[in-house]
Amino acid sequence: MSNYILEFEAPLREIEDKIDSMKSTGIKTGMDVTEAVQKLEEQLTNEKKILYENLSRWERVQLARHPKRPYSSDYISRITDYWFELHGDRYFSDDPAMICGIAVIDNLKLMIISQEKGRGTKSKLFRNFGMARPEGYRKALRLMKLAEKYKIPVLTLIDTPGAYPGLGAEERGQAEAIARNLFEMSKLRVPIINIVIGEGASGGALGIGVGDKMLCFENTWYSVISPEGCATILFRDASRAPEAADSMMVTAKDLKYFGIADTILPEPLGGTHQDYNQSADTLKNAILDSFLELNKIDPDKRIENRIEKYDKMGKWSDG
Amino acid sequence: MAEWFRRKSEKIKTLDKREIAEGMWLKCPQCQEVVYRKMLEENHFICTNCTHHFRITSDNYIQLLMDDGKFEEIAANVQSVDPLNFKATKNYTDQIKTAQEKTGNKDAVKTLIGNINGIKAVLAIMDFSFIGGSMGSVVGEKISQAIDRAAKDHLPLVIITASGGARMQEGAYSLMQMAKISSKLARYSDLGGLYITVITDPTTGGTTASFAMLGDIILAEPNALIGFAGARVIKQTIGEELPEGFQRSEFLLEKGFIDHIVGRKELKTTLSDLFSFFNFGASEKEELSEVDDNE
Ligand SMILES: [Zn+2]
Repeated sequence: MSNYILEFEAPLREIEDKIDSMKSTGIKTGMDVTEAVQKLEEQLTNEKKILYENLSRWERVQLARHPKRPYSSDYISRITDYWFELHGDRYFSDDPAMICGIAVIDNLKLMIISQEKGRGTKSKLFRNFGMARPEGYRKALRLMKLAEKYKIPVLTLIDTPGAYPGLGAEERGQAEAIARNLFEMSKLRVPIINIVIGEGASGGALGIGVGDKMLCFENTWYSVISPEGCATILFRDASRAPEAADSMMVTAKDLKYFGIADTILPEPLGGTHQDYNQSADTLKNAILDSFLELNKIDPDKRIENRIEKYDKMGKWSDG
Repeated sequence: MAEWFRRKSEKIKTLDKREIAEGMWLKCPQCQEVVYRKMLEENHFICTNCTHHFRITSDNYIQLLMDDGKFEEIAANVQSVDPLNFKATKNYTDQIKTAQEKTGNKDAVKTLIGNINGIKAVLAIMDFSFIGGSMGSVVGEKISQAIDRAAKDHLPLVIITASGGARMQEGAYSLMQMAKISSKLARYSDLGGLYITVITDPTTGGTTASFAMLGDIILAEPNALIGFAGARVIKQTIGEELPEGFQRSEFLLEKGFIDHIVGRKELKTTLSDLFSFFNFGASEKEELSEVDDNE
């Protein structure tokens, strides 16, 4: 299957097809097509550069949701030297939409809290498409508390289309679970880094998203609601999602501009799915650098900085 | 027994009952396969056919976990005094004596200190073969002393559970062991201790409702029976069939009560990795084992 499956990637697909048919012509006829293929490949490279360097917000949202995009588990298996998954909230259930565990990256010990969408029908259903239930947030909190007890820093990987909107989730206190995490994460005595690797949908993302530093991969979105959701409610038309993405300013770049994100992590041309290993390297280096910096700060000071960081967020006038 | 006969009988299972009774051959309760005891023993009593984990004794766990099988026993001389002078069909003192003779142990738990892959730790290992691993004053006191020792020497603590629950023959004393051990664990935790539970088949009643569920990390052997009330009691009470796999390790993992299911063969490495990770005993970081993709 082509690496270029999104609608706006059609021009790339066309060139790719041309390359394929040129190659098969060469094989069938014995003609030397090397030069022609090379030319087309150059055209593809140029075309890619132009396309991906001028992405609209809506196009970035689509990359953030790309079915081939690496998920938390893809990164964990690539960046950790030791990994031991820990399950369960000790109350109701283990939530497969949230993968948590202890890890070592180089010499850095970490508690990893991550959201996982699942790939393939079976796995997607098992992971509930990355939509965590209250149990997921409670498992995350239990393990962050465990990390705090042993002075292990916390890394969260955010990638969710939202917290699960279900009957049971409401009955068991979805809102309380998210709220509790915001409260407890604000004063957790170990460093916390939040990294958006795909989608950051609202409270579902923020429920594991409070920390000292926030990093976003280049083609991610993070906002109060999805562009479709916003379009449906405010424009009464889901098809106006591209417009909503612009109005709400949902991309990594926007978040950096708002002062909400600290760092934008560059992606391989065309998105993280174009090169899993390169993306994993970027992530790993960012993690190591960020914790090195945060570990130097005294815990009380770190918590004070954290609360002040959020205190600055928002725009208002006063008198 | 001649070698040729042994091979043959593994396949055709024409054993006479006497041989099974003598324990040379064991029938796997899960897959019904009849397996040769010696082979099972070499495989840490894991069925070679279906990986069912047979129940094993505290001595088996010592051999499995402690470096060179070496250890120093804690509270070695604590033993029962029959506090209620309890008499039923069997009287309690005789029951204890029989169990002691049968198992060679003083009571249903062995408490000790020793090295696991070079890291010093305190262990309490319960033994279901001693009056169903039931918890009375002795079990409570021994575990309590073990926790104190772990706290004093700042060592990690591992409790391997296998128990039917509190020991009725000691009445309220046995019930209070749940509180005694739990309160000691609370103090140990506040001192920064690391407590790992390893739940094995079967663990029920007051043992589950106290220290088995209190680990910083809770591990369980595959397919172990873990619960509070007995399945029969629940079935009678609710008048319904119980779901498949009810009260088994995998069920509890799904329900959120267990961190990780660990096979017996991986237990030693898993424990020493966890000790290192949580800053116990490991001065060098490279002691953690590599990522295992087979998880
Ligand atoms: Zn078997």
